[in-house]
Parts: sequence; C-alpha cells; structure tokens
Amino acid sequence: MSEDKMTSKEFLAELTAKHYQDAIEGKKRGELVAWSSSIAPQELCETMGIHVLYPENHAAAIGAKGGALPLIDHAEAQGYSLDLCSYARINLAYKDLQDCCFENVPLPDLLIICNNICNTLVKWYENLAKELNIPLICIDVPYNVEYEVTQERTDYIKAQILEGIRQLEEICGKPFDWDRFHNVMETSIRAAKAWARATSYLQMTPSPMSGFSMYNYMALMVCMRGREESVKFFNMVADEMEQMAKNGQSQFPVEEKYRITWDGIACWPYLAHNFKVFKNLGINMVGSTYPPAWTLLYEAGDLDSMAKAYSSIVLNLNLKRNIDLRVKIIEDTKCDGAVYHLNRSCKLCDFMHYKISEEVNKITGAPYVFFDGDQTDPRGFAKAQFETRIQALAEMMENNKQSKQN
Amino acid sequence: MEIQKILSVMKDVVSNPGKAIKNYKQQTGKAVIGCFPVYCPEEIVHAAGMLPVAMWGGSTKVSKAFTVVPSFCCSIMQSNIEFAMKGTYDDLDAVIMSSPCDTLKSIPQDWLYTIPHIPVIQIVYPQMRKLDAGIKYLKSEFQRIVRALESIGGEPISDAALQESIGVYNEHRQALRNFCRVARSYPTTITPVVRHLVIKSGYFMGKGQHTLLVNSLIDELSKLPAEEWTGKRIILTGITAEPDDLLTLLNENKLTVVGDDLAQESRQFRTDVPAGDDPLMRLASQWSLVEGCSLAYDPQKKRGQMIIDMARETGTDGIVMCMMKFCDPEEFDYPILAKEFEAAGLPLLFLEIEQQRQSLEQERTRIQGFAEMLSMKG
Repeated sequence: MSEDKMTSKEFLAELTAKHYQDAIEGKKRGELVAWSSSIAPQELCETMGIHVLYPENHAAAIGAKGGALPLIDHAEAQGYSLDLCSYARINLAYKDLQDCCFENVPLPDLLIICNNICNTLVKWYENLAKELNIPLICIDVPYNVEYEVTQERTDYIKAQILEGIRQLEEICGKPFDWDRFHNVMETSIRAAKAWARATSYLQMTPSPMSGFSMYNYMALMVCMRGREESVKFFNMVADEMEQMAKNGQSQFPVEEKYRITWDGIACWPYLAHNFKVFKNLGINMVGSTYPPAWTLLYEAGDLDSMAKAYSSIVLNLNLKRNIDLRVKIIEDTKCDGAVYHLNRSCKLCDFMHYKISEEVNKITGAPYVFFDGDQTDPRGFAKAQFETRIQALAEMMENNKQSKQN
Repeated sequence: MEIQKILSVMKDVVSNPGKAIKNYKQQTGKAVIGCFPVYCPEEIVHAAGMLPVAMWGGSTKVSKAFTVVPSFCCSIMQSNIEFAMKGTYDDLDAVIMSSPCDTLKSIPQDWLYTIPHIPVIQIVYPQMRKLDAGIKYLKSEFQRIVRALESIGGEPISDAALQESIGVYNEHRQALRNFCRVARSYPTTITPVVRHLVIKSGYFMGKGQHTLLVNSLIDELSKLPAEEWTGKRIILTGITAEPDDLLTLLNENKLTVVGDDLAQESRQFRTDVPAGDDPLMRLASQWSLVEGCSLAYDPQKKRGQMIIDMARETGTDGIVMCMMKFCDPEEFDYPILAKEFEAAGLPLLFLEIEQQRQSLEQERTRIQGFAEMLSMKG
C-alpha cells in the first residue's frame, strides 16, 4: 500500500517493522549496529549511517507482549537484583539468550548512552561493554542542580559530543560528514516539532487523541527521531487528529468525563488493563511528561544549544523545574487529577515525587493518587490496588466538579 | 600513647559525633559542614577552617523519612533524612552532597524542601572523568563549594590554604594506607571492629589530629611481634560493612579483614590528590585517577581485577560482598564481580547491608557457613 493511502496506524506498523528488519539485515551484511539509550544524541549515529536499536524500547515491547518473565528470571539467576531496573534486567538477559517474544534483534558492535534520563544506564551499559567487549560512547549530562543548564555544564557536554564524533570516526574508519550532520539535525528538529504538534491535540477538550495511543506513537520518536519518515508520520497523526476534532470524534471510545496526567513510565505488561480501568470511569489520560521529553528543540549546527536540549530532559531537571513543568502540563491539558506511578524500576521516577506531588497539588488543586507498579516486571503491580486508587481519584475529581458547579 | 588509649579516644568520638561537633564549634567558633557519601572534597571545608563531618547514616527507626522517600530507598539515605527531620543534625551549618547515582540526585532536592534550615550544597561529579573537559567542569563544581563556604564563613578561602589542606589530607590517606597494611600482622588486636573504628574515627575529627593518632597506633603496633592467626583472611567490598555487630560476627568466626574495597573505607584514601599549581584542578584531577569504584564510570570494569590482585598480595582466602540494599551501582557490579571471583578461584560471600535491620541471625548463619567452607578448603 502506498503511504498516502495508509492510516497512521498502518504506517506506524510498517515503519516499526522496517526499523527492526533493516538492523537485522544490515548486521547480516556486516554493517554496524549500535544499541543506544532512548534520548541519546541519535544524530551522531544517523550521520554515520549506523543502525541503531533501543534496548529500552525493545524491553518495553517484550513487557507489553507478556514476555518479560523468562528474561527477568535469567537476569536474576546471573545475580542481578530484582530491585534493579527491569528494562536493564530484560536487556542484559537478552544479551545472553538472544531469544524473546518480540523481535530477536542483533547484538551490537558499539554502544551509545546519554545519562540525561538516569545513571542506571551508565552501569547497565558498562556491563554490556565489558561482557560484549565493544566500545561505549558515553555522553555524560550532569544533573541540573540549578534551574537552567549552566554554561559550565554546556561546555562539558559539547566537548563530549565532539569526543563521541572522534570515537565514531575511529570505530567506523571514516571521517564524520558535517554537512550530513547538519541535515540530520534539521530533520530531527522537524520531527520534534511534528511530534509536539501531534501530541498538542491532547490539550483539546474533549481530546481527539487517547493518551494510550500516544504510547504507540512514541516508539517512533524513540527509534527514528532523525528520519524524514518520522516527520511525515507525526504530521499524518496531527492531520488525522485535526480531522477527528472537526468531526467531533475521538480515539477515546467513551465520553471523556475526566482528564488526568499520568506521571512516569507506563506499566507495559498491564496497558490493556490500565486502559480498561480508565475507560470504565471515563478517564482520558491526556497529560504526560512524554510529549516534552521528546520535544528536543535546538538550533541546527549549534552544538551549545544541542547540548542544552539534551540536558533539559524531564528526568534531569531540578525539583523546582519538575514542579513547574507538571503544573504546566496539568494546566495546558486541563487535567482534573494526576496519577503517580511509583515505579520500582526507576528511582529517579520516584524519589522526588512525594514532594513534587504535594507541591503541584498546592498550586493546581488537582487531586492525585500514587500506585505501586513497574514498567516491565509484571510482579511489581497489583490490579486491585490500581483499581481502588483510580476509583478514589475519580471520586475526588467528581467531588471537585460538583463543588465547582455549586 | 598506649594502643588502648588511642582506641579509646577514637571510640569516644565515634560513639558521640554530636559532642565532637559541639566541642569544635565552642572551641573554634567555626562552622561544621556535613559531608554526604560517597565522595566530597573535604579539603575545601578544611581550608575554610571548618570541620567536615561524614554522614554515613546509622541505625535508627525510620518513620518521618517515609514521607519523603519510598521504602526502597538506600538505608543510609533513609537514616540521614530521618536524623535530619528529628533535629539530630541541627548543629550543622550546611551539608555537601554529591550526586553519583539516581538516589543522590533526588535526596539533595528533597532536602531543600524538607529540611530547609540546613543549607545544601549539591554538586555533580562528571562520569567522563578522563577527559580534560570533565576535569575542568568538576573544578567549576568545586568553585561553587568554595563560594558557598566563603559565604557561610564570611572569609575568602585562599589557594595557599587549599594547598596546605591537600597536603594534610594526602598525609592522612598515607597514614590510613599504612595502617591497613600494618594491621594485617595484628589480627587479634586489630579485629574487624577495631579496624573499622580506626578508619571511621577520622570522619569526626580534624584530619591532622587523626593522622597523629593513626601514626602513633602504627608505631605502637610495630613494637609488638606479629600475631599468629589460625583463622581465615578476607577482603570486604561494597559501600559499608556496618554495623559493628556484623563485623563482630566475622571475628567470632575467625575471619580477619586483610583488605577492603569499601566506599566508606579504602576507596576514600587509596587515591592521592596529584601535585600541581592550581589546588582546585588538583582536587578535580584526583577524580580522574580513581579506579575500581562502582560510582566512577569504567567501561573496562577494573574493580574485579583490582580486588583479585589485592587478594593475591594479601593471601586472602575469600571475599565478602557487603551489598548495600537498593544501591544500583553496587548491584550492577555484583554479577560481573561474582563471575570474575569464581574464575579466579576466590570464594565469595554475599551479605545484604541494611542499616535499619533489627536482627543479624541470618547473617550469623551465612558467615558461619562461609567460615566453615573456607576451613574445609584448607
């Protein structure tokens, strides 16, 4: 089918399949394959024509398809604590087994990380580098103690981008193409803008988009941020949303009674369950930290602004800015409440969140609940607790609505 | 000074750090600065004429801290927050915290909102510490500490004072390295608890004074004949091997500590600050020389081989992994270390460390079993 006749859903399925297939075929032809953290500067590998696979995305897909446990069991048998990130456990096990319920991706020839989302990545990829005996490019983005990214931090990050380029030239045995780099940066910025445009429809009331659809779209933002196909795809999604909004339609299948923010990573093994609980109560998840996380905007050709953009990722911001960001999300998407995922896999998603939730509530008045879960380890989540908490949130949101009407 | 007298001075300080802090403030009128684990450029605090005091948690019942962090947070941090919320740290004029892991990115930020009366100076060490840009960046982080302490103390911190303090600290590192080496010959006098006491006491007194005490202890020990040891020799690795009750169990099972790779112990003093004209660059450069620590980026993961080398040098019979519960960096290192120790033929005991643990009966059984296993190996 030609792209023009496809729906965004069909186009997404095709692009995702192609992403994995290209890497698999490329590896067979002897081309380089990298494994990368989700918000690392993909522009570097894209410029060099290296196939890039994303273990976080791969692990999430394995979790969503219900295939996490055999891998988690293997990792724990190797001595990995069950308190460690389940993405890491799944990936470190996959590295040994190369067998899973999702795409059996090839092992990497090199690794690239940016610790703007966590320092867990540093330890996880150290282990991959050691055991696979392959090079690791690390772009260390120091946590922003101050509200803004300081010039000292920017200088340090920029120097590492240049060092990463030097390492890539060595690994690939060819010079870095700066003109192509500029083009990739421009494409990446256009993809980020298209992503922001598509997800901005979550701000409409009622929203034509279901927040859970965004989770599907996001896969492309992780895997193909530097490609023209992504620009095309996210513009296609935006156009569809525009049309649905005009027609008074929505992807959310029932009346949107309440609008909420989901704070943190999804519970991939329980997506269908979580969605059903929300749907039954008329709750559309329209607020999320994901849209800003992948809206990486900088000036093409300006490494300072690129360094700052990669440093300004949600999980790398100080507490004050985290509060402000969430207040903005709640206000922009007109949320009635917030759900905080106390994610056993992600200490950075949890350890500031009691304070964040309190402060955001003081400012917005939006009620909130926490629930215990895990991004991919199915053992870390209890359906009954989740249902009870969401029901409680719905009641609080209803009381607020009644009070406002009275 | 006699050995027992030296140890009693050390014990006095360790069992009541609060008193040591009050005394220092009364006697000098200077500030006392808390230093969170794992790394802190204490030399800057020392150069400001202030007393740096380490904050490695402690055993306490946690209740208030659970309003700040969930229960799956590292127990040192649980204790520190609990103590701070209970007012135990009210004599501190500020706290320096560095952020080498995700937990330690969050805790200083929580502290700002939860314990606002004790200022926090939060810095972030670079992971790409072998790059010049990394060292330069770290210097800028240290400059923030300098500015913050100058503001607290009301006086500038001179380069000369910093150079002098670096000298004091390097001497202290040398003294502790010497002590660890000499202590191997006196396993009866320097039990695991005493070895830990000697090192830990340096966290609550001026380093110059502690160096004198440690050197006196080394002198006194050296006068004695080496002590015979019929038990087994072990190396401890991890963040800490506290509490003392755990170390007592090692002694009860005739296990002597001949070396360590603990963040609270040898990792603090095995790397000197290198020479140079710019004191803050010297301090920053030290970070590029640190090896074998779970918190210092190393894709080659040299830690295992470093411990194996130490084991060979010291005739070690086995390794004890003191795993700080919920410590990601250590938990990621463990599977690789376990494989390397097995390949090297070094028996390994895994112990979970949690400061709030009430009973050590499980550890008792495990340590007994390990000691028996080592005995059977001959």
